Amino acid sequence: MRQSLGVRLWRLSIIAFVAFYLLVPLYAMFDFSTKPFGFADKGRTFRAWQMIGEQQDLFQAVTRSLISAAIVMALILFLVVPTAIWVHLKLPLLRRPFELLCLLPLAIPAIVIVVGIAPLYRWISINVSESPITLAGVYSMLILPYTYRSLSAALDAVDIHTLAEAATTLGATISRVIFGIIMPTIRTGIINGSFIAIALVLGEYTISNILNFKTFQVVIAQIGRSNGNVAVAVSLASLLFVLFLLLLIPNKKRQGAVLDVDLA
Amino acid sequence: MSASAYVQLVDLAKYFGKVKALDGLSLDIAEGELVALLGPSGCGKTTALRALAGLQELDRGAMIVDGKDVTFQKASSRGMGMVFQAYSLFPHMTARENVEYGLKLRAHKTAGDKRKARSAELLELVGLSTHANHYPHQLSGGQQQRVALARALAISPKVLLLDEPLSALDAKVRTQLREEIRRIQVELGTTTLFVTHDQEEALGIADRVGVMRNGQLEQIAAPAELYDRPKTAFVAEFVGLTNPIAGKVNGGSIEVLGGVVKTLPGSITSGAGIALVRPESIDVVASKSGNASILSASFLGATCRLSILMSDGGRVTAQLPSPDAVGLGAGVSVKVSLLDIPVFVKAAG
Repeated sequence: MRQSLGVRLWRLSIIAFVAFYLLVPLYAMFDFSTKPFGFADKGRTFRAWQMIGEQQDLFQAVTRSLISAAIVMALILFLVVPTAIWVHLKLPLLRRPFELLCLLPLAIPAIVIVVGIAPLYRWISINVSESPITLAGVYSMLILPYTYRSLSAALDAVDIHTLAEAATTLGATISRVIFGIIMPTIRTGIINGSFIAIALVLGEYTISNILNFKTFQVVIAQIGRSNGNVAVAVSLASLLFVLFLLLLIPNKKRQGAVLDVDLA
Repeated sequence: MSASAYVQLVDLAKYFGKVKALDGLSLDIAEGELVALLGPSGCGKTTALRALAGLQELDRGAMIVDGKDVTFQKASSRGMGMVFQAYSLFPHMTARENVEYGLKLRAHKTAGDKRKARSAELLELVGLSTHANHYPHQLSGGQQQRVALARALAISPKVLLLDEPLSALDAKVRTQLREEIRRIQVELGTTTLFVTHDQEEALGIADRVGVMRNGQLEQIAAPAELYDRPKTAFVAEFVGLTNPIAGKVNGGSIEVLGGVVKTLPGSITSGAGIALVRPESIDVVASKSGNASILSASFLGATCRLSILMSDGGRVTAQLPSPDAVGLGAGVSVKVSLLDIPVFVKAAG
């Protein structure tokens, strides 16, 4: 059915507005990062972008933040996901309390969390490691509200009880049911949850700064104090990096949806 | 309990608080037999099936399959093939992978090419060999249930358990698939327990039908016997249509609508009773001075169903061959025909 001109114009204007809203700040960042900031610069300059490579601290911080993100992802896959599935499958009465528990990190201000865990991290720094990678522990707690919601929505969207029972009657053990049947079924929810988690870990500032760990965001802030152009260039680069990661999300549905459904 | 029974359910009980899902259910199924459990929702039929699958723990009772007590055996090692009411194909696997799943999990891992051959054979059996590489979301409801059936049969199950597998499908597909299930079941000789609330489905497919009520088996018999010789009023009323018509019982017979009809065992033997008369046992002839008038008629093809108002205010449904119903005016005379077919009589009031 052909849409009327009015409807199409209305849609286009909404899309244009959203694009404008999202792209203008990005353009502003790009514009600022290419403004001259030294005596020798004139017109456009990419010196700030070139200087990203010279920031030793930055690369270490990125690496460490990425390792933290990887640890958080592993914790999601092997702890949060099986737990969420277990609660949905076997302990339906615990669903509400569990959801509430997972929302707590959102309700408690970051500064309160820091005060609470500072003594623990002091102990960890002395006895275990001083590396910012240890922050993966607190991060895996901070991401719970987002990850759990995304998983819970995915679990509610399919009849996991019947799938689990079907697999069980065919001979599957409970671990096979969780890892072999239900996890692939809610794959999209897991991937979404994981990417929110990565974005959160790469963007976290308050806790790592107060606990005195040099993570990605802390280092960007430090660079910003000495050179704003470089800091903005780094921020924009990190945004593009996350965008690149998002594009890597496998989309199997696209491959599968070619054939038509025919009648019985 | 017969010694030759392949599946024996003995005194099964399951209580959910005050609700008696199963209350002393005993049932024998012979090898290769298809038994349907029929009953209203909440009668315990699904609980019984799930108990046999190992998906439902019991409070009491024993289950013996092929001479082995499986009461406490885990569902994953019982070797039961099950088809569920809800679509239960694994959405991330193709039809073929779904069918092969159970084979992959067998203790003595079935070799790859054997597995492929077996899944191809079963998809062929359910008529879906061309859809082997389709994902569930590319299949219609009927096709999904066929794949589910192939998947359940792939592991050569000791018992095939069907939990209202047709209830989510539309009428035409339902009839088609029902007949196909029966064909495959007979072809493979798989002992099958089929649970349904649809009597047409149960009577049309099963060797024997068990009618359940409040967690107990009211009667189990071949479809024709269940229809013609119900043992309780509940069975008579639940299976097929009946007209409750008041009459006077005298020993083994009852006088209704001016005729005397034999009563079935289990009926009351004296006093005022209510005969449960099948619509096809009621004879309607045109008569201006008759005892009834026709309210409405619905054409069903070969037969015609008449809704009749009796002169005493009661209503009766009769089913006649369509040609006989033609030309019947408003005034008719109604009596019970087929006097040699006994009816069930329950106590009045």
